Amino acid sequence: MSVSTAAAAAYLIAALLFIRALAGLSKHETAKAGNNFGIAGMAVALVATIVLAGHQGINTLGVVLLVVAVLAGAMIGLYRARVVEMTGMPELIALFHSFVGLAAVLVGWDGYLSVERKPYGAEAASFRALGTYGIHHAEVFIGVFIGAVTFTGSIIAFLKLSARMKSAPLVLPAKNWLNIGALVVFAGLTTWFIIHPQLFLLVIVTILALALGLHLVASIGGGDMPVVVSMLNSYSGWAAAASGFLLNNDLLIVTGALVGSSGAYLSYIMCQAMNRSFISVIAGGFGIEAPTGGEQDLGEYREVTAEETAGLLRDAKSVIITPGYGMAVAQAQHGVAELTAKLRQRGVEVRFGIHPVAGRLPGHMNVLLAEARVPYDIVLEMDEINDDFPETDVVLVIGANDTVNPAATEDPGSPIAGMPVMHVWEAHQVIIFKRSMASGYAGVPNPLFYRENSAMLFGDAKARVEDVLKAL
Amino acid sequence: MRIGVPREAQAGETRVAATPNTVEQLVKLGYEVVVESGAGALSSFTDAAYAAAGASIGDPFDAEIVFAINAPSSAQLDRLKPHATLISWLSPMLDQALVEELAKRPITALALDAVPRISRAQSMDVLSSMANIAGYRAVVEAAHEFGRFFTGQVTAAGKVAPAKVLVAGAGVAGLAAIGAAGSLGAIVYATDPRPEVADQVKSLGGEYLKVDTGQEEETSSTGYAREMGQDYNKLAEELYARTVPDMDIVITTALIPGRPAPRLITEEMVASMKPGSVIVDLAAPNGGNVAGTVKGERTVSANGVTILGYTDLAGRLPTQASQLFGQNLVNLVKLLTPERDGQLVLDFDDVIQRSITVVRDGELTWPPPPVQVSAAPPAAAAAAPEAAARAPEKQPMSTARKYAYTGVAAVLFFILVAIAPSALVPHLFVFALAIVIGYYVIGNVHHALHTPLMSVTNAISGIILVGALLEVGRYGTLVTIISGAGLLLASINIFGGFAVTRRMLSMFSRS
Repeated sequence: MSVSTAAAAAYLIAALLFIRALAGLSKHETAKAGNNFGIAGMAVALVATIVLAGHQGINTLGVVLLVVAVLAGAMIGLYRARVVEMTGMPELIALFHSFVGLAAVLVGWDGYLSVERKPYGAEAASFRALGTYGIHHAEVFIGVFIGAVTFTGSIIAFLKLSARMKSAPLVLPAKNWLNIGALVVFAGLTTWFIIHPQLFLLVIVTILALALGLHLVASIGGGDMPVVVSMLNSYSGWAAAASGFLLNNDLLIVTGALVGSSGAYLSYIMCQAMNRSFISVIAGGFGIEAPTGGEQDLGEYREVTAEETAGLLRDAKSVIITPGYGMAVAQAQHGVAELTAKLRQRGVEVRFGIHPVAGRLPGHMNVLLAEARVPYDIVLEMDEINDDFPETDVVLVIGANDTVNPAATEDPGSPIAGMPVMHVWEAHQVIIFKRSMASGYAGVPNPLFYRENSAMLFGDAKARVEDVLKAL
Repeated sequence: MRIGVPREAQAGETRVAATPNTVEQLVKLGYEVVVESGAGALSSFTDAAYAAAGASIGDPFDAEIVFAINAPSSAQLDRLKPHATLISWLSPMLDQALVEELAKRPITALALDAVPRISRAQSMDVLSSMANIAGYRAVVEAAHEFGRFFTGQVTAAGKVAPAKVLVAGAGVAGLAAIGAAGSLGAIVYATDPRPEVADQVKSLGGEYLKVDTGQEEETSSTGYAREMGQDYNKLAEELYARTVPDMDIVITTALIPGRPAPRLITEEMVASMKPGSVIVDLAAPNGGNVAGTVKGERTVSANGVTILGYTDLAGRLPTQASQLFGQNLVNLVKLLTPERDGQLVLDFDDVIQRSITVVRDGELTWPPPPVQVSAAPPAAAAAAPEAAARAPEKQPMSTARKYAYTGVAAVLFFILVAIAPSALVPHLFVFALAIVIGYYVIGNVHHALHTPLMSVTNAISGIILVGALLEVGRYGTLVTIISGAGLLLASINIFGGFAVTRRMLSMFSRS
């Protein structure tokens, strides 16, 4: 057993542990164990790599940097994880993606600096001997490209999610051609680089990829952020895989491919939930189609007071709460949880219906409700609960809009036509907690608000929920 | 301005156009109210109660505005002051003579029963509120005539089968009848040409019997039923012929605005019913849905089926009917008094106000332009074929195509791997297999766990740290420093990602 075979064995074990981690994360019962498997896998991988790096020879500066960087990174990471608000989860994850992207760019540059820059050095010679010198050029180039796209894309997603940047999609003229053009230029540059690996080409491709990542995500509207975050997750995986090819490291390849394909599949599931074309979301093309139908007289809406809402809830036998991004913004989840607990004490059946794209991150609502200690077995998915609305006395729509828009099923001319939505309007009474009559992210008017069995409870969701609690 | 409330002159009318409760609201809107002595007597409202609510007792026709349940007689109209406003049930679409009579005078006449069926106008819709009462009362009348229980029971004296009730027409009256009959314990069936009411019928505990035309369903754009085509009528007749013999109670409510009531139940159908069965025909004022209905009368068919053609069903609950009618009037007056200062203003730009105005200051304004109201726009129908054309795209790929795509992909991969340098092949191997595993491993992920899954994969993708580790301190100083930066970033990712996942997962708990 040599050091390198031991490292390879450790890598295999780490890869299996990662697979076990992802599998564990798909069920509530096994999720915590899954996370622990992931940590174990990472520990095995790191120890093995450090031993391997030590064996291959590492200078003092390297050791110092290694210790300092890992410790500092660990501290920053743990601190961020501890202080982050659950409502700020999407931003944090987007920011983390950008780190992977940037790290991949750095690894790629290192690859160039350590091999291509010294074409007659020992490293380059060993690649030549294997016949993979040209492949190495391509790997550097592709790795840097994917990493850079992930980096700027994630930064933009982070800015949009944390409202530091307007979430409306950026619409440049001929934006699709810009994207396609960037890819064509990238292909051309790659060929050039394989033939003549030169520094300026690497600089150009880095800038090109940074710009592409920026444009891709900037042209996606805030409402599609759940898909974007999941897509960037996938990109960060591919970036890691590309680095793996570059470094001839199977663990990186396996892990990157795992993350990449699972992220892509997750994005695909979400696109289906929103009835969007996967390709058009990836290409940053969604959300700019002009709504058809235009202005129409939807009639008048009715208002209801917190006291009346409390009265309705008191008399109800079954209640379904459908939260949306508005609940996260208003930080109303604790009030909602308290309301739930109170109603359940009175013997009212309370359940939650969660639309797949409610919030700004897949599963965002579940995390918020879990934070507020709402038991997860009363938090149901759209498909599980959609048939139960006709037998429901009261539905509370808290800060959701597009996900409860009946136009999606009833108006084929609507921009969100065909998107699966929660059929809240089938319930006997719908109370909508909302700040104003403004449209949701899709910018589509919501006929739900004008239904006979709907009533609006205007104001900040948190304050209103507390009013209802008081009245109860 | 003053509002006058006369005692209804029409024989048999028990209702009154204002109650003490609504008088109070009118006074708050700035009006003075004059009630004729004894106006509310038949609805159990005394003059003293009106006076206590703020009304004065006097001559209602001296007021600038007159409320009435029924259209006043010619003699009463003569007593109206010039430029007075009459608000009442006028049936302008049916009663041409009355419209002409009104137009002869220098008055304004508003027909409460002409309110359009839009959500905003619902609070003023007397047709709805009266129909609601009539539907309820129809069940009460039927129960009164019917010799058995409505509800099924098992008693010491034997078993009682529940009564079967058919409600034809699930409008407001029909729905009220379904609800009332259902709460008495009967098994209720309902028919209606508008398929969209099926859910409403179900919500009240009734069973919707659909006339299966095998055609595209049509949504009514005015909110009222339309006259149906020949085919439909034939199929509906078959449905009734099949269903009616089994029924104990039949309540018909089919009305088409401005037209005679459709004939739903033929003589043969009546003859096919069991003796003791009861039919209540709510369409009797417009000619009746049932063969043998006599307007305003109770008749018994040769085979012992009682047919009630009462036209005053709402008036048989006078206190309730007066209150609802009066409230509809108050709601209309609210709309007509934007300043709440007791001054009636008529705004012809408002679709409701335009629709109800029959005569304005002696000038005939009937009929008004039509209003489109149905919630589901008819445009939906136009877009439907387009949707149908798009549908095939969404169908799953045919098996042949699936094989073809798989084949092409396989060939591409073959070429890619075959031309790759041999050192690269093992990497491509694990790469391809890992992609497949990644896909399957999260295939069944629970929706609620998407966020933790994402943060854990994010932490795992921090494995890029390995890449930086292999480069740090191995080559030049520049490479080492850049790698160090990579190490820092990747470590934040790894530690942060796992920690935040842990934190999230610890919050998920079962009740």
